[in-house]
Amino acid sequence: MLNAMPKIELVVNGRKSETRAQTLAGLLDERELSDAKVATALNGHFVPEAKRATTRIGAGDSVEIVSARQGG
Amino acid sequence: MNVRDQSLHREQTLSFYGVPVPSRLLLGTAGYPSPAILAEAAKASGASVMTVSLRREAAGGKIGQRFLDIIKSLGVRILPNTAGCRTARDAITTAEMARELFGTDWVKLEVIANDDTLQPDVFGLVEAARVLTADGFKVFPYTTEDLSVAERLQKTGCEVIMPWAAPIGSGRGLANIAALKSLRAYFPDLKLVIDAGIGAPSHAAHAMELGYDAVLLNTAVAKAADPVRMAEAFAKAIEAGRIGCDAGLMPPRDMAVPSTPVAGTPFFDIE
Repeated sequence: MLNAMPKIELVVNGRKSETRAQTLAGLLDERELSDAKVATALNGHFVPEAKRATTRIGAGDSVEIVSARQGG
Repeated sequence: MNVRDQSLHREQTLSFYGVPVPSRLLLGTAGYPSPAILAEAAKASGASVMTVSLRREAAGGKIGQRFLDIIKSLGVRILPNTAGCRTARDAITTAEMARELFGTDWVKLEVIANDDTLQPDVFGLVEAARVLTADGFKVFPYTTEDLSVAERLQKTGCEVIMPWAAPIGSGRGLANIAALKSLRAYFPDLKLVIDAGIGAPSHAAHAMELGYDAVLLNTAVAKAADPVRMAEAFAKAIEAGRIGCDAGLMPPRDMAVPSTPVAGTPFFDIE
């Protein structure tokens, strides 16, 4: 089913990328991050975990996937 | 108000947004030689608040999870930052992501204006503070020592303000002592934390002697030859500075005044 979907081009974490996923949750799944402790934003706006499955992604979108790091 | 009156009104236990914070040293988590040394330094510092950041995920979520596990094992309160953000919009989104990831509404708000000085974009800072406070965040803004900016931040609802001592990572110490003093005098009820530019324990002690509530630092400990001992040194310096301030510092004088009584000096002819 997933392979039947056309690929779209978008930007993930600042890099051009291709995906067949249609939702933010699908994109995380494709990248094996479904169980990872990450936070997400779509086109500069925060998307909470609970809304990833219903948040659609399309060509040209910009996605940020972040996790905890050292900081001052 | 004289120094002694001031000391009588000071809180014995520090609190931020109603949450008691036992230590007046807030410690960053970046740049340590190893996670083990970070953990040891954190313990030696006695810090009860530590700053963390968010970065783009790589390596399948493993790096972030490992770091999160280390921080959680320290039993400290997490203060996520928005380091590197250049616009209010980016900082707001980063704060929202941090709130979900770390499960806290505390945020060290940074909006950076210039790559060389890493000085805050105070206009973006005030704008982001307004939006985040309205959304329930407890904002800890990293700002300059400018009094008018502090006034605007306070009006957005910030109960804590964090002026820099000097540019981030510079280790120069308190660059504008007069302005830091007037900020303290002008905002007796705000929690004022020196953030950035501290290089030596004596700098931190000085900040505390000026009546600041706490000191936030990172590089001075992380990049020390022995980070664990340096963490201990800062903890002691901050405590000493605080006690010194509470005890009431003598006012400086331009001319010498003998500490030994003059009356009865031998070999001194009265007539």
